Amino acid sequence: MYQAIVFLPLIGAIIAGFFGRAIGTRPTEILTTAFVGIAAVLSWIAFFQVGFGGEVVKVPVARWITSGELDASWAFRIDTLTVVMLVVVTTVSSLVHLYSIGYMHEDESRERFFSYLSLFTFAMLMLVTSDNLVQMFFGWEGVGLASYLLIGFWYTRPSASAAAIKAFVVNRVGDFGFALGIFGTFYVFQTVQLDAIFAAAPGFAGKSMEFLGYQVDILTVLCFLLFIGAMGKSAQFLLHTWLPDAMEGPTPVSALIHAATMVTAGVFMVARLSPMFEYAPTTLQFVTLIGAVTAFFAATVGLVQNDIKRVIAYSTCSQLGYMFVACGVGAYSAGIFHLFTHAFFKALLFLGAGSVIHAMHHEQDMRHMGGLANRIPITWAMMLIGTLALTGVGIPHLIGFAGFHSKDAIVEAAWAAGTPSNYAFWLLVIAALMTSFYSWRLFFMTFYGEPRWQHAHGHDDHHHEPHESPPVMLVPLFVLAVGAVASGFAFSKYFIGSGYAEFWGRALFTAPGNHILEEMHHVPLWVAWSATIAMLIGFGIAWLYYMSATWLPAATAQMFRPLYNFLLNAWYFDALYDRLFVRPAFWLGRLLWKGGDGAIIDGLGPDGVSARVLDTTARVIRLQTGYLYHYAFVMLIGVAIILTVFMFTGGQPL
Amino acid sequence: MNVANAPLLSLVTFLPLVGVAFIAFLPRDAVQNARYIALWTTLVTFAVSLLIWINFDTTTANFQFVEERPWLGVFTYRVGVDGISMLFVILTTFLMPLCILASWESVETRVKEYMMAFLVMETLMVGVFCALDLVLFYLFFEASLIPMFIIIGVWGGPRRVYASFKFFLYTLLGSLLMLLAMMAMYWHAGTTNVITLLSTKFPAEMQWWLWLAFFASFAVKLPMWPVHTWLPDAHVEAPTAGSVILAAILLKMGGYGFLRFSVPMFPIASQELAPLVFALSVIAIIYTSLVALAQEDVKKLIAYSSVAHMGFVTMGIFTFTVQGIDGAIFQMLSHGIVSAALFLCVGVIYDRMHTREIAAYGGLVNRMPIYAFCFMVFTMANVGLPGTSGFIGEFLTLLAAFKTNTWVAFLATTSVVLSASYMLYLYRRVIFGALEKASLKAITDMTPREIIVMAPLVILTILFGFYPAPILDVTAASVKALVQNYEAAINTAAAALAR
Repeated sequence: MYQAIVFLPLIGAIIAGFFGRAIGTRPTEILTTAFVGIAAVLSWIAFFQVGFGGEVVKVPVARWITSGELDASWAFRIDTLTVVMLVVVTTVSSLVHLYSIGYMHEDESRERFFSYLSLFTFAMLMLVTSDNLVQMFFGWEGVGLASYLLIGFWYTRPSASAAAIKAFVVNRVGDFGFALGIFGTFYVFQTVQLDAIFAAAPGFAGKSMEFLGYQVDILTVLCFLLFIGAMGKSAQFLLHTWLPDAMEGPTPVSALIHAATMVTAGVFMVARLSPMFEYAPTTLQFVTLIGAVTAFFAATVGLVQNDIKRVIAYSTCSQLGYMFVACGVGAYSAGIFHLFTHAFFKALLFLGAGSVIHAMHHEQDMRHMGGLANRIPITWAMMLIGTLALTGVGIPHLIGFAGFHSKDAIVEAAWAAGTPSNYAFWLLVIAALMTSFYSWRLFFMTFYGEPRWQHAHGHDDHHHEPHESPPVMLVPLFVLAVGAVASGFAFSKYFIGSGYAEFWGRALFTAPGNHILEEMHHVPLWVAWSATIAMLIGFGIAWLYYMSATWLPAATAQMFRPLYNFLLNAWYFDALYDRLFVRPAFWLGRLLWKGGDGAIIDGLGPDGVSARVLDTTARVIRLQTGYLYHYAFVMLIGVAIILTVFMFTGGQPL
Repeated sequence: MNVANAPLLSLVTFLPLVGVAFIAFLPRDAVQNARYIALWTTLVTFAVSLLIWINFDTTTANFQFVEERPWLGVFTYRVGVDGISMLFVILTTFLMPLCILASWESVETRVKEYMMAFLVMETLMVGVFCALDLVLFYLFFEASLIPMFIIIGVWGGPRRVYASFKFFLYTLLGSLLMLLAMMAMYWHAGTTNVITLLSTKFPAEMQWWLWLAFFASFAVKLPMWPVHTWLPDAHVEAPTAGSVILAAILLKMGGYGFLRFSVPMFPIASQELAPLVFALSVIAIIYTSLVALAQEDVKKLIAYSSVAHMGFVTMGIFTFTVQGIDGAIFQMLSHGIVSAALFLCVGVIYDRMHTREIAAYGGLVNRMPIYAFCFMVFTMANVGLPGTSGFIGEFLTLLAAFKTNTWVAFLATTSVVLSASYMLYLYRRVIFGALEKASLKAITDMTPREIIVMAPLVILTILFGFYPAPILDVTAASVKALVQNYEAAINTAAAALAR
């Protein structure tokens, strides 16, 4: 069964990629969608078997890299954490496949598109099922490849190609850390098998090793290196710059890869390696810091973006920050819970945005939307559910939308973690306010107010009248909407409540001294209400700005022009990195080429020698014909010398 | 007759010369016949070499298929293979038919001579990897340059004069020193038998000089920084198949030399000079990757990337660990496949447009989807994506380097970022974008012949990425023995010092 879950998408990708043209576009679409759909059904079966049946399965597949004591083989490790990820990945993937049949129907290379989508799904499944760090790295880089191919799917656009490279290279900066982390882990543990590492990890707590000339705590540095990989993949602060640009890819891709699944791989990794991270408290503090700063930073930028997809992209970035804070304070299950619910409502929002974009003939700028509520009522309803779920609408201690259950759990955990993690609590609450603001801003700008789409520049000469999407696009929205409404209260008990121990089994590890999961349920009332109040304030301001006093946004932007520009340009990180890394790299490359290779090495070496020996080019050419003979001559002399020595000595040493 | 006792290695080595003889007697205008003879000769040679691989015993580190016979009265002709050399023989015989096919139409002048040069080349290259006698090795090692000179000099580009001069100057210096070292070894040990020399203990003082002399030759050949500047020029001027052989096999002779001579015969010097090798390897990886980023010529970019990739080889070898050496051998074989394929990819568009300027291309995917796919596979292999053969060598060498020195591993791992930058930037400029240039409007996708050449390389790149066991199994026993002997020698030396 597990082989089927993982390999069906691969088979689909191969068929679509190599034989798609031969078997036709529609059969390709149906085939790949069906394969992923079957995988999704099987995943849900596995979810109940493993999550509620307590079954833990190891499936060996094949040999891979064996060298000396290193043994990295293909194998699946199926525990509760795996099946949660399986469910998320295959469910969203199959819905996105289905949705794409409608969304991409005008595209000419749909076979390629579906092939990439299925390839991505395969790589992601390899990642979440991995039994050792090297296979995890395979999946890690594999999803990076698929992401690169899909961001650059519309390759004739220069901006898409540029965004694709940026995504791959920035991710590789993270992978640089991940790779070093694997090397270090192997050096310390003499294995890359997760079980063996987890068993040995407590023994290395507090011990130190030499790294780059310094004596450092082993697990702190290993977890730190591994976490750099997570920062890249999950677009965390400092390595986040690729995610907004990744919106160049088709919208279903954004929903699947850049919202629901791939970007959450970092969170998955930290949770999966919780038996290591639990013994690296310093690194966990760093995880909390990065997560909290990202949640805050991305939310500020999201406030002012005008591209509907960019708003949601920054929102994703911010929500991933929440998940890392949960992991950082030791509440891994809360992080995974948010990962789980977020997958539904964020995919819903992205696909809903795709439906809006589809309705607007590929216009993405919200300034050219407005008044769409009664034009596309089903999309409107779906976006409303997504917004309610993202902003975390609910009544504390009672019930709410999906995001309410998981996000509030994280906020409470951040408070319960005590000093020095309290700052994270405050940053998250402020971020919750901003989340509410930008989400409702998006909703109001899109669906209410004066219609501003008469002058929109869609991609073609269609009659520019917004139209509702076909059923093939709406059905996935309905399914995701169910998840956005219900996945919170339905599973809260198992992920973070009384059913915790039974549900998770040994998939997540918390150190004996870590009682955060208990303490987060006993926070003061004002803490429990804080996120909800922040959410309400955010909604109120958004209503004021975009529904009642619509002159306010422009006036505020005018008044705080430098701050507005600062946020609009995402704190100027792109410009900074361009000056700091990109341009110097090219400059250095040219310098080393012309100066290093050209002037110094060649100048002092062969060219210098030849200039001294030979005065004119004419003589170089004339002598050239002789090089070969010179060379052969020298070689023969060498042989002759050896021969002579032999003759004189009769084969005996001197 | 027992296959293992047949002189299979000699057969593989000298079979191409039979083809040369046939072609030599062809009439001048029998161009097509020359092509077919060359193709069939290389295919049969490949088949025979596969026979060796099949009968190769992976459980022993000893030399196999050993042949010894007196030669010229005083020398001994001695050949044999172990786990280290075995697969280089296969790599050579595997790539030769592809080179002949790749040159089928692109070489139009002096076709007979061209095919003969390639067949002679094959004999000499296989000879290098099989030779178990210093004199024989030296002969093959040095003589293999002669057909390469001819190939670049006769069928090369406009600046071939300069390129081969540079090539000549570098290699001459290196090989002279190696020759002196070999003579010194003979005077000391009284034999040129490599098997005997492998168990000879050279005095520590002497090891230094011998090591440095061999190093001069192998470092140029590989090439290592800073003696790498001949390579980009040689590649740019060489015809496509010449570049393929140069990158895929000639460079590997340097790495093979380190494994066959430097490390096992001069272990003490190897250990003491390893920091030098690490420094040069790390510089090569970072420096040439940055230079590759700035290139405007497709072939030069790939040539510089080759230098960076060879940096992993030297780094891996001088960790003296199983993973490092396994990784180095794997990296050489993988690079043999991937760089060969990349140069063939350049050849495909060069044959159509007659330019290697990156700026002359753009948007090829619109008219050449199959080509774009192949190029993508090799691009990803070159950046070391897991699931391609390029990953495994890099991974193992870095893994080993971390154990030896974290700074080396740290600096070398920056390659994951740099290689992605220059390769994807190249790919974007050549393949992606709209097809706007008028000159490219009529460009055609790969022909069936080109697909036949490319397909085995695509398959092997992915196959070895997912299932590297066929390579790792062959090298395992010999590498283990190499590491054990090295450690024993170092321990003995340390014990002697302590006393």
